Amino acid sequence: MNGTEAATVPCAQMAEIARDLFAQGGRMQMVYAWHPEPEVTELLYFASPPEGGRFLLWRCRPEGDPPSLARIWPSLGWYEREIMDLFGLAFANHPEPNRLVLSEDIPPPFNGSAPARASRMADIPRPLPAIEAPEVQTLPFGPVRADVLESAEFTFFYIGEQIIHYHPHLFFKHRGMEARFAGLTPRLGTVWAERVSGVGSVAHALAYCQAIEAASSCQVPRRARALRVLLAELERVYNHLHYLGHLANTTTLKVGEAQGKLLEERAKQINARLTGSRFLRGLLAPGGLRCDLAPDGWLSPALEELRAETARYVDLLEHSDSHLDRLITTGVLSRNVALDQGATGPVQRASGIDRDLRRDHPYAAYADLPLVVPVRSEGDAYARSAIRAAEIDAAIAMMQRVLLLLEDGPVRADCTPAPGAEGLGWAESPRGTLFYAVHVGADGRLARVKIKSPSYSNWRVFPFTVHETNMMDYAINEASFGLTIAGCAR
Amino acid sequence: MALWTFFGLREGKATTPWPRRGEADGQAGVLGMPRFAPEHCQEGCAACAEICPTGAIAPRADAPGGIAVDYGSCVVCQLCTAACPTGALSPSHDWAFGVRRREDLVWSETPAPEAEPAAGQRAFRRSLHIRHVDAGSCNGCESELQALNNPFYNLHRLGIFFTPSPRFADLLLVTGPVTHAMLGPLRATWEAMAEPRWVMAVGTCAVSGGIAGGGYACGNGLDGVLPVDLYLPGCPPNPAAIIVALLTFQGRLPQRVLGGRHAE
Repeated sequence: MNGTEAATVPCAQMAEIARDLFAQGGRMQMVYAWHPEPEVTELLYFASPPEGGRFLLWRCRPEGDPPSLARIWPSLGWYEREIMDLFGLAFANHPEPNRLVLSEDIPPPFNGSAPARASRMADIPRPLPAIEAPEVQTLPFGPVRADVLESAEFTFFYIGEQIIHYHPHLFFKHRGMEARFAGLTPRLGTVWAERVSGVGSVAHALAYCQAIEAASSCQVPRRARALRVLLAELERVYNHLHYLGHLANTTTLKVGEAQGKLLEERAKQINARLTGSRFLRGLLAPGGLRCDLAPDGWLSPALEELRAETARYVDLLEHSDSHLDRLITTGVLSRNVALDQGATGPVQRASGIDRDLRRDHPYAAYADLPLVVPVRSEGDAYARSAIRAAEIDAAIAMMQRVLLLLEDGPVRADCTPAPGAEGLGWAESPRGTLFYAVHVGADGRLARVKIKSPSYSNWRVFPFTVHETNMMDYAINEASFGLTIAGCAR
Repeated sequence: MALWTFFGLREGKATTPWPRRGEADGQAGVLGMPRFAPEHCQEGCAACAEICPTGAIAPRADAPGGIAVDYGSCVVCQLCTAACPTGALSPSHDWAFGVRRREDLVWSETPAPEAEPAAGQRAFRRSLHIRHVDAGSCNGCESELQALNNPFYNLHRLGIFFTPSPRFADLLLVTGPVTHAMLGPLRATWEAMAEPRWVMAVGTCAVSGGIAGGGYACGNGLDGVLPVDLYLPGCPPNPAAIIVALLTFQGRLPQRVLGGRHAE
């Protein structure tokens, strides 16, 4: 696959490869399945290398049940469960072989001829612990929750204020988006990618387009690469402003909430004025941009004003003891758990893991730009919010640089992948690492698209910071992770 | 705390006087549904229908220009406006597409006159309580619904509130194409509402399924699931479009779109 260092191996060897990768300091990112030919299933394992350089890929065709790697890389546990649901394939010795994305026992949608795995494995959609102590209460909450929120169901086992165990059920919103890409032309796929996670439209479309570009080995013109940075950073800014406002809501800092959301609104209005879309949709295309943008005189001062107002806002938050008291030491995520369970984005950078795709595996025009990657080590809600606040400032500084250096030129190159081509694309979304892997079929249309979204990774991590904490901190802790459910459930 | 009080006082009012006064709806530059002018269509041209990702534009021999346009399926991707050689489909700022009847979203030469609000709807013109249910959206619609309560739009000033319990709600506002897993919770929420109760489909997914409808995990929006009283396509509809739609529902503003055509 273009964009990777690939090897084909027997599935039985994957456990050894996974252990070696761990020992060398690399990191497993995802595993997914597809059908290269009818009746043939192939597994693809992706990993970040220990040092910079190309992403690693191992492909294997299972004969019988492939071994589960979830005991070596817990972060792969959900990926394997999803494959079990969607492809009817069973992983041997999986530590939690329960359903994940499908709520009912239907034939595996990617492989209708496979036996439903209900007959082969434990098939409990919600693996809840059996707690019989009468003083322990159970609180099922959702999927329809208070206020305007995404649908998900959370189950708490608690005594008084103390949460003993917490289980989120996140796939009520599973739309089967990956399957919807099949049969589309590579150009049209962008429309779907923009609508996988609404507040991550740019990051998704960018990772998707870069995967198509990798598959076609085409070069995106310089101006388009610079404008892609501008769009991606605009997305980061409005997302992080929303995050700060929402976090202030959970600590009941009402004026702080209002101000954060007002700044988010201003950022979205800037988006619309520049691109016609508050979510920056309809601009990206394989090979560059659909049309040129004219960020003339007004944009730079508008961004500078937003930056100054944000700085003042963040400074006020930093001087609000009632706000800080609720964040500091809340929802601590240790570096080890963050690594094991696959935390990504600002969440991992708040737990001392210094990784950012924009710097480590540069794309668009990031290699030519000075990039500040804030990292903290506390791992608490405060650290997570401080990382995001610092990223807003860094993002606006970077956009100003892009505007200053922007050169005239074309914004689109021809980019049509050959039949049978494959490519990997990635982007550091506001929430973290996002991958798109695309396989083009013999007819030149998309055969399989796999999405590894940051919220899928961070939702997997989140419960580890909830068990054995207290109810009063829950909403604050959840807000401090900045998760989306659409991105997770897809 | 005093810090924030002074800050708030010094900042002054951030809320727009729109829609009561002025034009400051906050949507400068926002592209809406492409405008259709079949008189510009070329004989045998179907470039727009070929590129349309959701089938909102489809060739139909007996339609004007040989093209049928259903804004209820439009995801505002703007691909047709780039593909059209003559400007028969052109970019526009027409986004206030809230309508009472599904057929009002289908382009027509001879639109039917505006439907009257259903009996009892006007009684809620001073106060309306909404229960929102996300039935599988991409979170774009939620982002805009959450924006309604930011200081710029400040929905409360119009007497419209979101309520946590369906028991207190007059209107059920649904986003998303209705995934199989959300069908049960959605119906249960509707059944928990006291009568009279109404339903509003927000976003193209809820109106027709959008890009996500069908497949192994999703339905095709609310039709056939719940009786819909107001349709608002958009991907996502912006906060001002949601406000206009809510005021239309209450009978406080006239419906802007008839026969798929937006009033000037």
